Amino acid sequence: MSIASRMMNLFRRAKVQREIDRELAAHIEMRTEDNRTAGMSLQEARHDALLRFGNRSVMRERATEADAALWLESLWNDVRYACRQLLRNPGFALTAIVVLALGMGASVAIFAFVDAALIKPLPYSDPARLVSLYETVPSCLLCNVSYQNFRDWQRAARSFRSIDVWGYARYALHSAGGIEPTEGARVSDGFFRTLGVTPMLGRDFYPGEDAPGAPRTMLISYAAWQKHFSGSRDVVGKTIHLDDLNYTIIGVLPREFHFSQRGDAEFWAALNDPDGCQKRRGCHSLFGVARLKDGVTVAAAAAEMTTIAAQLEKQYPESNRGFGAVVRRLSEAEGGQIRPILLVLLSGAGLLLLIAFVNVVSLLLVRSEGRRQEIAVRGALGATTARLMRQFMTEGLVLVAAGTSLGLGTAYSVMRLLLGLIPANRMQAMPYLNGLGFSAPVWAFAVGIAVLAAMLFAVAPALRLRARELRGDLAEGSRGSAGKTWRRLGSKLVMVELATAVVLLVGAGLLGKSLYLLLHVNPGFEPDNLASVLVSVPKSYATDAQVMALERVIESRVGALPGVKSVGISSSTPVRSWDGGTYIMVAGKPMPKERNDVPERDVSAGYLPTLDAKLLRGRYFTEAEDDPAKPRVVVINESMAKQFFPGEDAVGKQLAYAGSKQTVQIIGVVEDIKEGQLDSPNRAAMYVPFNQDSWGSFNVVLRTSLSPGALLPSLASSLHEVDAEIPVSEPTTIREAIRDSNAAYLHRASAWLVGGFAGVALLLAVVGLYGVIAYSVSQRTREIGVRMALGAQRGTVYGLVLKQAGWLTVVGIGAGLVCAVALATLMRSLLFGTQAWDAMTLSAVAAVLAVFALLASYIPARRAASVNPVEALRAE
Amino acid sequence: MAKNDLQGSLDLLVLKTLAQMGDMHGYGIVLHIQRASDDLLSVEEGSLYPALHRMEQSGWVSSKWALTDTKRKAKFYKLTPVGRKQLKDAEESFEQLVKGVRAMLRYA
Repeated sequence: MSIASRMMNLFRRAKVQREIDRELAAHIEMRTEDNRTAGMSLQEARHDALLRFGNRSVMRERATEADAALWLESLWNDVRYACRQLLRNPGFALTAIVVLALGMGASVAIFAFVDAALIKPLPYSDPARLVSLYETVPSCLLCNVSYQNFRDWQRAARSFRSIDVWGYARYALHSAGGIEPTEGARVSDGFFRTLGVTPMLGRDFYPGEDAPGAPRTMLISYAAWQKHFSGSRDVVGKTIHLDDLNYTIIGVLPREFHFSQRGDAEFWAALNDPDGCQKRRGCHSLFGVARLKDGVTVAAAAAEMTTIAAQLEKQYPESNRGFGAVVRRLSEAEGGQIRPILLVLLSGAGLLLLIAFVNVVSLLLVRSEGRRQEIAVRGALGATTARLMRQFMTEGLVLVAAGTSLGLGTAYSVMRLLLGLIPANRMQAMPYLNGLGFSAPVWAFAVGIAVLAAMLFAVAPALRLRARELRGDLAEGSRGSAGKTWRRLGSKLVMVELATAVVLLVGAGLLGKSLYLLLHVNPGFEPDNLASVLVSVPKSYATDAQVMALERVIESRVGALPGVKSVGISSSTPVRSWDGGTYIMVAGKPMPKERNDVPERDVSAGYLPTLDAKLLRGRYFTEAEDDPAKPRVVVINESMAKQFFPGEDAVGKQLAYAGSKQTVQIIGVVEDIKEGQLDSPNRAAMYVPFNQDSWGSFNVVLRTSLSPGALLPSLASSLHEVDAEIPVSEPTTIREAIRDSNAAYLHRASAWLVGGFAGVALLLAVVGLYGVIAYSVSQRTREIGVRMALGAQRGTVYGLVLKQAGWLTVVGIGAGLVCAVALATLMRSLLFGTQAWDAMTLSAVAAVLAVFALLASYIPARRAASVNPVEALRAE
Repeated sequence: MAKNDLQGSLDLLVLKTLAQMGDMHGYGIVLHIQRASDDLLSVEEGSLYPALHRMEQSGWVSSKWALTDTKRKAKFYKLTPVGRKQLKDAEESFEQLVKGVRAMLRYA
């Protein structure tokens, strides 16, 4: 029979069945007639004919099923029947679908983040061969590279096809709207060739274009092209005015290009104008990127780099003392920083999915228990076990299909929601998240979960069917002893649920406690009513004296603003990083074996008082000391005093910069100010007058009597009154800056997300427990009736039910606590100030869960105790 | 015939019947197999019709409605060329099976 006629049969099913019926009828009549001829009575003859035939409806079905297309139709009938069954019990169906969708949605969404950040290859050619290179000292493990060392590496290293560098740059863009501060980078000529990125428009840098004195050229990012040139194709060859210098645009980078370490850079200039820092070997301002030769491992390259660094150290002991070199995979730098939090979130989502699965499986099992009689009757009416199994599987599959589609929708919304919650400045550091969505691995993950769910939900109840003696069930009917198997299995599942909920709650508790402790770290200053803004110094201020004068004017102008109590200037605001180390030693003492790199902050006289730092000994600078002609002075922090002068009074002592004869006198000691991230330990730091060697930009910090945020607009305008050409950026209150700082952000994000998972898990586990206890009570109604008729008190009945629930809860919580401690140890890196076995968190979680479990079992216990023995017995 | 009739042998019996007797209806096939095998084989009627329908789907037999000798309307099955080829294959493999089993039994 042709495919077409088979397909036609789909629409002719009724006709096909009528024909089969007629054929069978003819058969039976012929047999009856023959029987009559053989001498049987009419009734006997007919009975014999039918008996020989067996179950006619079963056979008709089998005959119809010979047609594959019709088999499809019978599948469709199964699906319709399954839908009807589910609709008959909408509470069950809705709960199962929503629970499944929740579990799937959360885990697929988190997996999409994992995919975008960690799995999806970087948008470079053969990204696995790319590495980042750093210099390293004990105080700064992944440190910037010095320009001169980089050139020596390029000459000496054999492991790499190419080595290139990039460094931070900020440019003031002169546009129609005035001065606009923009982000940029300076790169060596082969940077994009090393990454394997080709400009979408124009050309890449020529080799040698980064030589000192070469014409100034730059590539612009796709976003910059769109923003500043509205995507016009004749941009190549145009001149752009940045920082009072003219650059020729030679090309536009492709749209999909991103480099997360410099995510928001719009202008990529060739590194052809070595600045003051790049002329000194001891000044580290660049980051290395290299492509390994084929067949060279990261370890081999690292070994070679260590050798080269040791040679350079010997050659240039003054500047390179103690500096090694480190090779890491580029993928670790790109996306690596959110790896631990993503893995914790993925585990959290996985646990949630586990609870969801367990919940749905137990719901399905309860339901199949309730349908034992229906199944028995259908079996007795001739449905084969295979047929019944198919029915059950279809029901499971319909459930999974509905749950999956809802789950994918949930996943999409969760992704959008989470993306929306990421602040813009953080998004710039994670450009790979722009590719977030349903990529191939995410689809595969979702399909994997769906298949797993289908196997669990379709196969589990169907397998139970096979082991079942159908006839026994039919006889058993509604007798109360039925759900024994299920009671055993169901209670095990509930223990798994409770334990999983404990793990998630403990995780959330620990992360929450970490966040609390982190936000209550003593920063060493008073963070309220503080605001800051970053001022870039225009190139027109050429000499240090001019920059100094500018700072003075700004200080006095800003200090005069209404609502400003005091103002200070610093090269960096607190709660950022401990970087910017200077090699320092005690004057007159021999050079220590290990490097002592101490972060240095160039600050104005008003800075430390404005922060409300606590002066422990000595005094602050005076404004008069902001003068390079005066003897040099320094205020150090408590950690530095302890490290350099243990047991002595540091005030009055002299420090010296390594490799320089010049000494500085310590005039004061302040309590440690948290210069680095909130979760970093305090380190030595020193504050020197902001009197020379300007960094090209500085922060203006002010203490206000009003709300600091309200003052920011007038702050910017007063700076522009000083000089309209001054680019002003990063206006923020210090509270905001702390709240948005890396450590606080990561801790907050993980605490909230895991907390959300834990909340859902708690709900599901409690509902699961309630389900088990309630079902068991409903099954034991008769038993309880008998007990009460025999004189059991209501209290005893309460005890009976609560004991069962209590036992499950205790075992579940106990197992959960053990697993929680084990798993929390794995996320140590995300904990701050607390241990994985934090007793307070563990006992709080146990208590919360115990209370909820008690509530969940109290309701069915009450119902059990209010059973009327007479009714319970009569109901049989 | 045993209840757990091998499907292959049922197909063989049906095809052979149609080859020997020409067009036949289901009931006639049952009777013929019983008679031709000296009552040794009896086809379970419940299995026959699904088998006939499957063979029809496979194109081994074709069917049409016609009148029986007793003027009753019944569905007659007819061997197709494909079915004839299938019968030849089935007969051969059955012979092989019988030979094999016999050799096995005679093995001392």
